[in-house]
Amino acid sequence: MVHEWALAEAIAEYIEQQAKGRPVKKLVISLGVLQSIDREILDFALKNILDERNVRIGSIEYVDEEVVLRCKRCGYEWKPSMNEVDESIREAIHFVPEAVYSYFKCPRCGSRDFEIESGRGISIKEMVFDEHPK
Amino acid sequence: MNTQSDPRLLVIPQRLAGVKHIVPVMSSKGGVGKTLLSTLLALAGADKKLKVGLLDLDFTNPSTHIVLGIDPASIQPVEEKGVIPPIIHGIKYMTLAIYTGENPTPLRGSAINDAFLEILAITRWGELDYLFIDTPPGLSDPQLNLLTYLPSRIEPLVVATPSPLAIRSVEKLLKVLIEGNYKITGLVENMSNNSKLLKIAEKYNVKYLGSIPYYNNIDGLIGNLEALRSSQFYGKIIHILKGIIRA
Repeated sequence: MVHEWALAEAIAEYIEQQAKGRPVKKLVISLGVLQSIDREILDFALKNILDERNVRIGSIEYVDEEVVLRCKRCGYEWKPSMNEVDESIREAIHFVPEAVYSYFKCPRCGSRDFEIESGRGISIKEMVFDEHPK
Repeated sequence: MNTQSDPRLLVIPQRLAGVKHIVPVMSSKGGVGKTLLSTLLALAGADKKLKVGLLDLDFTNPSTHIVLGIDPASIQPVEEKGVIPPIIHGIKYMTLAIYTGENPTPLRGSAINDAFLEILAITRWGELDYLFIDTPPGLSDPQLNLLTYLPSRIEPLVVATPSPLAIRSVEKLLKVLIEGNYKITGLVENMSNNSKLLKIAEKYNVKYLGSIPYYNNIDGLIGNLEALRSSQFYGKIIHILKGIIRA
């Protein structure tokens, strides 16, 4: 099982702590496209781990977050298409998104000093608890 | 992701649960020999049949792989519910260079923090006697991540040379470690023909682990493990490791 499992464990731990025994009605997870997370594997891992921990969960929704990079030197903003990135580079960024600074440069001025404005990795966008479970 | 509520922080203690001693090799001053010391301590530990790991925390300038004489880009870590560090010369080894190769990797503080949390959250070290950590110089994000997120787990090993520049710097680091009530493994004096730093160790009540002379041929041995193992430098490293184990 690939490393999505490790990230699913972190998210499950967080959900369990926040839920404090309450069922989770709705969970929205944002997937930054830069990290090329396999949604199916993450979903499988997350549901399994939450089930093992007896955390009841209603729906899990996944939302892709577009990659937006902004150069700190010249201010240029660009949206790289990860599908066009070489497989080995995508794989490196998949494990540690900060590897992006080794491979990407500002298309306008060549600087590697850019900011990941959005689309880095996994984050919890919304979590709704069932306050009155039956 | 907000650092205070970052889910990755919650699994890091579990990832390190099987590690008995986490020893970051630290010095605020650059060029005092942290990389060589941390890497060879890990190697000496592995040679002694201890279970050891080595983490290169110098994300913008990783170089432990150069000491180990390997091409990091050729390493393929095993994925098993995370990343299992590859075993290199008996050492469980993790470095960002596995993913960045020899490309320049300039990182601002926020990116250093994210890389730190990501690597520690996904790496499954398993059972280790010692995890040595090579840290970059300075007292900024990379060091603060260790001090803040793993305060009760780390046992810093401080290294300095007898240069007045390094002495002032090491005193500042020791003050921070003592104020924070960290368990300090000890102080190593590098590139020195005397024991000038013994006084500093006594002043701060820190164990003086020994002095390593300046060997002008050491750079020529980097990357050649057999030559390193038979060097006088390595003999000193073994002596220091024994002091760490006794501590």
